[in-house]
Amino acid sequence: MISFLIGAACLVLAATAMGLLRILHGPADADRMMAAQLLGTGGVAALLLLAAAGESPATVDVALMLALLAAFASVAFVTSWSRSQGKTPPAMDP
Amino acid sequence: MTSALSVFTVLAVSAGTFFFVAGTVGLLRFPDTLTRLHALTKADNVGLGLVVFGLLPLVQWPFGALKLISVWLLVQLSGSIIAQLIAVVVRQEEP
Repeated sequence: MISFLIGAACLVLAATAMGLLRILHGPADADRMMAAQLLGTGGVAALLLLAAAGESPATVDVALMLALLAAFASVAFVTSWSRSQGKTPPAMDP
Repeated sequence: MTSALSVFTVLAVSAGTFFFVAGTVGLLRFPDTLTRLHALTKADNVGLGLVVFGLLPLVQWPFGALKLISVWLLVQLSGSIIAQLIAVVVRQEEP
């Protein structure tokens, strides 16, 4: 079971690392941000798998922190894009 | 741990890993930004959800399991909001 979990974590990390090619190619800034978002989620999944494999519950806290930072990174992207366009950041009303 | 729970873990984690691989392939191969966003949110929601679901029998009950579920809920919440915000950016960039 432990080697299966570590193998799954490696597969998820390899997949998200392939996704980083989208940062290289673009074309839009939103594409690059989406690849970073996928890296955040894939990192959370890999950390949770490693926490279960190594029976180290503290690693779940690292995954929680990575999820928080990935959310902040994307919100900062949208906010700075709105500022560069001279608009207020998008409100969620229709 | 009983073998039925082991089989459940292997199946759910494998399905979650498959969704991550599929999301990456979609992010790399889909033709425009909005369809790539669609592929990304599938990997975020379903992939991580299935991985967390599969890991639930392995962790300590109840607090370890509740923590895993809270990680998943945080990613789910932030992922859906961020998908909306990025879609707003994409829609306004291409008139």
